[in-house]
Amino acid sequence: MQVYVCVKHVPDTAASIKVEGEAGYSEGVKYVLNPYDEYAVEEAVRVVKEQGGEVIAVCVGKASALATVRSALAVGVDRAILVKIDEQLPDACVVAQALARAIEKDGQADLVFAGRQSVDSEGMQTHYRLASALGLPVVSDVVAFSLKDGGAQVERECGGGAREVIEVSLPCVIGANKGLNEPRYPKLPDVLKAKKKPVEQIDIASLGIEKPESGCRLTKLSAVPDRGQATMLSGGVREMVEELVRILEQDEKVL
Amino acid sequence: MAKIGVWIEMGQDGVKEANLGVLTAAAGHEVYALVCSGDAEGCREVCGKYGAAKVVALAAESGALWDSPDLAARALAAAANEFDLQVVTGLGSLNGRDLLARTAAILDAPLLQDCTAVDFTAGTVEKSHFSGKTVARFECRAPLWLCSLRPNAVEPQESPVEAEVVSYTAPVSGSGGVKVLEVRRDSSGVMELTEATIIITGGRPMDSAENFQLLHECAAELGAAVGASRAAVDAGFAPHSMQVGQTGKTVSPRLYIACGLSGSVQHFAGMKTSKVIVAINTDKDAPIFGKCNYGIVGDLFEVVPVLTEVLRERA
Ligand SMILES: Cc1cc2nc3c(=O)[nH]c(=O)nc-3n(C[C@H](O)[C@H](O)[C@H](O)COP(=O)(O)OP(=O)(O)OC[C@H]3O[C@@H](n4cnc5c(N)ncnc54)[C@H](O)[C@@H]3O)c2cc1C
Ligand SMILES: Nc1ncnc2c1ncn2[C@@H]1O[C@H](COP(=O)(O)O)[C@@H](O)[C@H]1O
Repeated sequence: MQVYVCVKHVPDTAASIKVEGEAGYSEGVKYVLNPYDEYAVEEAVRVVKEQGGEVIAVCVGKASALATVRSALAVGVDRAILVKIDEQLPDACVVAQALARAIEKDGQADLVFAGRQSVDSEGMQTHYRLASALGLPVVSDVVAFSLKDGGAQVERECGGGAREVIEVSLPCVIGANKGLNEPRYPKLPDVLKAKKKPVEQIDIASLGIEKPESGCRLTKLSAVPDRGQATMLSGGVREMVEELVRILEQDEKVL
Repeated sequence: MAKIGVWIEMGQDGVKEANLGVLTAAAGHEVYALVCSGDAEGCREVCGKYGAAKVVALAAESGALWDSPDLAARALAAAANEFDLQVVTGLGSLNGRDLLARTAAILDAPLLQDCTAVDFTAGTVEKSHFSGKTVARFECRAPLWLCSLRPNAVEPQESPVEAEVVSYTAPVSGSGGVKVLEVRRDSSGVMELTEATIIITGGRPMDSAENFQLLHECAAELGAAVGASRAAVDAGFAPHSMQVGQTGKTVSPRLYIACGLSGSVQHFAGMKTSKVIVAINTDKDAPIFGKCNYGIVGDLFEVVPVLTEVLRERA
């Protein structure tokens, strides 16, 4: 099977983000593979281990994203394509077109895995647009995946503790959620081997993107201040709780 | 005035409460309430009360819309064209985000998910970037754009108009390769975390699945949903559907009570926009006390039962 997996290079969730200018941020922080994409990578590698074939990671990002691409190669991905773009927070419409063109140029996808959302832009849509551009069905928030009768059967979280069991035809695009699997950690020899695996680097301009703008523009980024120090309640347990309930009821009016 | 389509999500008993905030955000414009499942006539009164003059009973030429999320999305996209809508919006629930993403891809129109504020007149929205650490503001100049609104982002407010029901059968059919076989519910009657207005959450010190009963009892008095930290989920004390945070659910209730949580960045990523945050922790130096509104230094196994008791006496 020819399995593609979308990987995004994002600031670590523990990093503190410093806003720069109107709508930019300082990149001097630790970057990682987008946490949800870890589940996508693991599932892609698992499927190919069972079915045979090849896993190809695709990333749209700056040259520095090569680090994330390598980290995917270190956990079982065979080779990678890095589409270079010089933007911090590119438009999801553009990224999806780039991913689609890069995949089409490379080969015939039997399966495409992505994460359910990226943790920097929290767009929650790239994989849907990618599916649409490739003319494939898509299911996101997937917590269970198996190949069955020439198609796939997946489970998707749909709220209130409920899960939808969905049948989807192949090829398709899957948006991975936490719970799908346990991502493996790379071992040192794998990290070294990953350095030798092929990475094709292409410029986004070479892909002939037809619609370079979506009409929605990020105009301002601002830091959210923490709430600061809490008002601490004092006294015995009963006293503290009674005072809390009074505050929540009468001052805050949230009860 | 813009023409705005509001997708209406149905719950067990009719229009979901959480939709009312979305209708409120759109009120004052020419609002079309788009009903894909259930009884549109039954939605007329409540949609009208919150400012929608048109309630559209959406159907497809073949098949029930909810058999396939793709079919519902194609019907929604067709309705956007049919009624010449400038914006399509809806609740940013799991189903709402899924449906709007599909619809946006079909329409090849921009989409902003999980918005925390929206101004349809100015064509601007605000949403979280970097797991709640920054707010991003967007300007939407596309002739048609979509957005989903985080539950509880807008306080519902009545603005009654006379509503009429119109039927529209979209010229769409087929499942698009995606078919819902069944819906499994693990524990019946669980309140959806993301739509709850009050949440009480347990962390690692809960120590077992059984102990979560303590929080469920308190939640029953509060009318709250129960959440868990990743540490509690990974230890097997609670299912992932209860996890709040970076790799769990994003919630925005008016009251969030954190019991035995250290206050990790990743947990805060999922509940930072809560209106009031209360923390109960044995450690007076726990980081959570540096970023919540009210704190109680104490053992959750002592404090929570007392809280339940006080709430019960009050009722
Ligand atoms: C990529 C990534 C994604 C993540 N996603 C999430 C996520 O979605 N959600 C999430 O929650 N975490 C997430 N985490 C994990 C996060 O970093 C923390 O490890 C986790 O939130 C800690 O959970 P906790 O607060 O329950 O436990 P701890 O950090 O162990 O804190 C327990 C707290 O309880 C206090 N305590 C102990 N006993 C009692 C008692 N009897 N009564 C009252 N207080 C007591 C302690 O003083 C302590 O402060 C993620 C981490 C990473 C790296
Ligand atoms: N620049 C990118 N390069 C590769 N994959 C991406 C990129 N942006 C988004 N994706 C994929 O699409 C998923 C959803 O992203 P988003 O729509 O940004 O929330 C991510 O989890 C990735 O798998």
